[in-house]
Amino acid sequence: MEDIKYVFEVEKDDFVRAGETSSKIKKTLRELGIDSSIIRKISIATYEAEMNIVIHSLGGQIVLEITPGTIKITASDRGPGIADVELAMKEGYSTASDRVREMGFGAGMGLPNMKKCSDRFCVTSSEGKGTYIVIEVDLKAGE
Amino acid sequence: MLVKDAGEKMGLKLLAGKTGTDRELTGVYICDLLSWVMAHGNKGDAWITVQTHSNIIAVAALLELSCIIVPEEVEVEEDTLQKAEDEGVAVYQSSISAYGIAKELYKMGIE
Ligand SMILES: Nc1ncnc2c1ncn2[C@@H]1O[C@H](COP(=O)(O)OP(=O)(O)OP(=O)(O)O)[C@@H](O)[C@H]1O
Ligand SMILES: [Mg+2]
Repeated sequence: MEDIKYVFEVEKDDFVRAGETSSKIKKTLRELGIDSSIIRKISIATYEAEMNIVIHSLGGQIVLEITPGTIKITASDRGPGIADVELAMKEGYSTASDRVREMGFGAGMGLPNMKKCSDRFCVTSSEGKGTYIVIEVDLKAGE
Repeated sequence: MLVKDAGEKMGLKLLAGKTGTDRELTGVYICDLLSWVMAHGNKGDAWITVQTHSNIIAVAALLELSCIIVPEEVEVEEDTLQKAEDEGVAVYQSSISAYGIAKELYKMGIE
């Protein structure tokens, strides 16, 4: 399989299109015949990363890279960043507004979900700057 | 059991996503917190929720849930139904509570 790279822009507060990037990535992986359990992990992690850009950031992008051994998702945004990454990673921690909580967001499960679905996971962020998340899932031998 | 058979038996009102009704319904999940559903929902689950904005279709499609059922005659937004059509996700409306729907599904053998 040749290396593949796709870039998707994700707008802040765009709840109508929110989820489209994850859905496109899922379809791409499906067309490539990737194993369904791997597609599921990537779909969940990408959805959570996408929704966080929509809800918490000023906008950003999600990059899908497929190499012979790994699927890599990079989610980056233009800010405002996360002051305490360790705290943000705790299940149940959320700064979501009442408006988005009414929509069912804000359980504080997004970042923990991403981590659970990844073989390697990394969040880099600081206040005033953007958030940069790398999610990697390994392909099984023979794929 | 097929989604359409369960829908018919329970007298649910199909709001959108007829092409999705041929899916196999194998379980039930009840929750209104999206990332909670993302973490615990399984492929084939019927998802009972009072959330009605279009993002629920993205969740159902990504997890390959079998259908969405809104309880107690909750109204669903037009753009959600449009997205359900596009993605082939069946959205049903019921007059009874989430618990009542779950009980009905249990009686039909969804355990
Ligand atoms: N891209 C981001 N930019 C700025 N802050 C973020 C970003 N992603 C997450 N955060 C912060 O980390 C917190 C925890 O994120 P997480 O995704 O775990 O939960 P949530 O988005 O609040 O709720 P849920 O994902 O369950 O709907 C958020 O409430 C927010 O304060
Ligand atoms: Mg989140």
